[in-house]
Amino acid sequence: MNDERLGFWARLAMFFWLPWKVLFDGVAALRVRKALQAPEAPTPAAAPAAEPTPPPRPTGEEALRLLAILQRDGRLVDFLLEDVSGATDAQVGAAARIVHEGCRKALSQYLTLRPLRQESEGDPITVPEGFDPAEIRLSGNPIGKPPYRGRLVHPGWKAVEVRLPEPASGVDATIVAPAEVEV
Amino acid sequence: MEEGRPTLGLDLGTTNVALAVARREDEPPATALLPQVVHEGEVAERPQLPSFVYLPGEELAASAIALPWDPARDYVVGAFAREQGARIPARLVSSAKSWLSHAGVDRRKAILPWGAPEEVPKLSPVEASARYLRHVREAWDHLHPDLPFDSLDLVLTVPASFDAVARDLTVEAARAAGLGERLTLLEEPQAALYAWVASRPDWRKQLSVGDLILVCDIGGGTTDFSLIAVLEEDGALELRRVAVGDHILLGGDNMDLALAYAVRTRLEGQGQKIDDWQFRALVHSVRQAKEQLFAEPTLPSAPVVIPGRGSRLIGGTLRTELDRPTLESTLVDGFFPRVQASERPAAPRRVGLTALGLPYAHDPAFTRHLAAFLGRQAEATASLPPGVHREGRSFLHPTAILFNGGVTKAAPVRERILEVLESWIVAEGGVAPKVLEGGDPDLAVSRGAAYYGLVRKGRGVRIRGGSARSYYVGLERAELAVPGIPPRVDAVCVAPFGMEEGSEVTLPEPMGLLVGEPASFRFFASSARRDDEVGEVVDPAELEELPPIETVLQGEEGAVVPVRLRARLTEVGTLEIAAVESAGREWRLEYQIERG
Repeated sequence: MNDERLGFWARLAMFFWLPWKVLFDGVAALRVRKALQAPEAPTPAAAPAAEPTPPPRPTGEEALRLLAILQRDGRLVDFLLEDVSGATDAQVGAAARIVHEGCRKALSQYLTLRPLRQESEGDPITVPEGFDPAEIRLSGNPIGKPPYRGRLVHPGWKAVEVRLPEPASGVDATIVAPAEVEV
Repeated sequence: MEEGRPTLGLDLGTTNVALAVARREDEPPATALLPQVVHEGEVAERPQLPSFVYLPGEELAASAIALPWDPARDYVVGAFAREQGARIPARLVSSAKSWLSHAGVDRRKAILPWGAPEEVPKLSPVEASARYLRHVREAWDHLHPDLPFDSLDLVLTVPASFDAVARDLTVEAARAAGLGERLTLLEEPQAALYAWVASRPDWRKQLSVGDLILVCDIGGGTTDFSLIAVLEEDGALELRRVAVGDHILLGGDNMDLALAYAVRTRLEGQGQKIDDWQFRALVHSVRQAKEQLFAEPTLPSAPVVIPGRGSRLIGGTLRTELDRPTLESTLVDGFFPRVQASERPAAPRRVGLTALGLPYAHDPAFTRHLAAFLGRQAEATASLPPGVHREGRSFLHPTAILFNGGVTKAAPVRERILEVLESWIVAEGGVAPKVLEGGDPDLAVSRGAAYYGLVRKGRGVRIRGGSARSYYVGLERAELAVPGIPPRVDAVCVAPFGMEEGSEVTLPEPMGLLVGEPASFRFFASSARRDDEVGEVVDPAELEELPPIETVLQGEEGAVVPVRLRARLTEVGTLEIAAVESAGREWRLEYQIERG
């Protein structure tokens, strides 16, 4: 059991204000009820040293579905897998327009992407203490402890919503693009 | 009628269907999303439902076109139907609405896809339209299980140029789709004006008594003109639709095709071959380039790219450009030439044999069609409200113009139409018309229709219209028969122009009605003869003939019964003609457009 508990005086003070809080604040009352009903969290020490179950290996189905969409709408796979060494820049550019138009439409349809930082590129920016290194990547000369003062080089991207379609039943996700046959 | 219940407006367009819902008069109607199959096996909500039906064979898995509310559907409607139809055109039904208004074919017969091989299942134009409507009803019910489609008032729009038969068939399609109960028809240009009124609380300040509004509706496949007059009645502004144009099968698709042909000619001049598949990609790319050039007036040209079909995208892509001079000469000068107000569209060449098919407009010049529309109306002015037309003018002078339809989103197109119209009016000493700004040319018709649903409940201003045509019945002349010469036929007016919804008229002269054996009734209509009264006899050569009614009326075989003809314009917006005997018997003459 958890050994952590409140002292007598703290409990006495609570004895006076809690009933009023419960009576006049519905949200607080609900939280109290939930707290009392919740099973007591087992302390780490008490937990049996269970074999850690490995997370299921990603099958990549969703990734393949997104790839299939980008190929369908913007021919992305064709573009990336083609040998460009002999092509002129004008040829690559013309093909890039097709990829750009189609993939851009697909991205906006199936994902909502927003910059992580609202400042403009080049703006001064302060990186606070306790920043998340996954959200902010530092370069240059970060000496000492944060906060750091710097300049925004790239505002980053964050997927705030993913709206990939449900796969139709019985569809093989490994088929990124079907073969096309003119009959 | 219940207060506060939403009303629905449905725009059954030639290339897109849209649904809007109006909840309150002081709140602009909103577009309702329509879930549909958008890609193989993927259902998503879109603001428009492309008007296409695809009839699959073995090439698609059942799961590819399954709907959330019907996993076993054996056809598909909407965005994916259009996409799949580009791959296999023989199984695609398109332009069902144009077929619905085409008197040259039996519109209840399964003839679509037109010219498809025998193995492909076929639909009638009525059934294809019913499938779009059924999809909209089911899509609404899927998203709003607590507010069934059937329980709401529905306004369905039709082109102003639809005659009584096409309106009847539209209602028939709606009934087949299960949405007949609370249905009213509304003309599309009127719906566009309602949408403008609904989006402008101060609209009364922008119009004044004596204004004549030209609604210029240029959609993907068809063009529709209407004139609406602003009048005063009991001290309040009143709108009255005074004229509608003919059905013109000419729209934005013609323009995109014309541009694509121009670009293809240039590519072929450079030694490139373009197959059918690439040509469709070219049309798509040219449309994008066109929109880009229209949106950015300083851009000298926009790229056009046609992807290769195989996996070699970079090596197989053709690249060219659409330059501004080509765009302007092909599209603006080609379709909207600067012409005189007296010019008329080139008449179709009369040849002995013509391919059956849709009666596409022969003259691509919108400005000539507009000149014809305004000029023709000036020939019959006795029934026009006072102030709308003045002596000495060769055509009606609109004082305001409302643009609608996707084509009019392009500023150079709007400017050219205005420039031409202005030049005609100024040449006769008139004043340049003002533009009624605002509105969404793609979605205005459905929104205006939803708003009209509220208007019908007594909220907001109503456009008075009535019948946009006069209708006539053919009567054989009683004269000596001459071999080889068919008896001459007179056309007798049975329903005058401007007849109001819910009203009826009866022909004063009695006629003999043949009952008990097959009989054929000829009908005629005119959108220009506004001054004919009931019973007036007219030469049929001046009218447009409708399909005959061929039917057997119940009765003693071969008897001729004296009757009077009665015409009624129903609340729904369709025309009913009945023969009434003085003894009380009544025969309804219904359009049975069966012509083998």
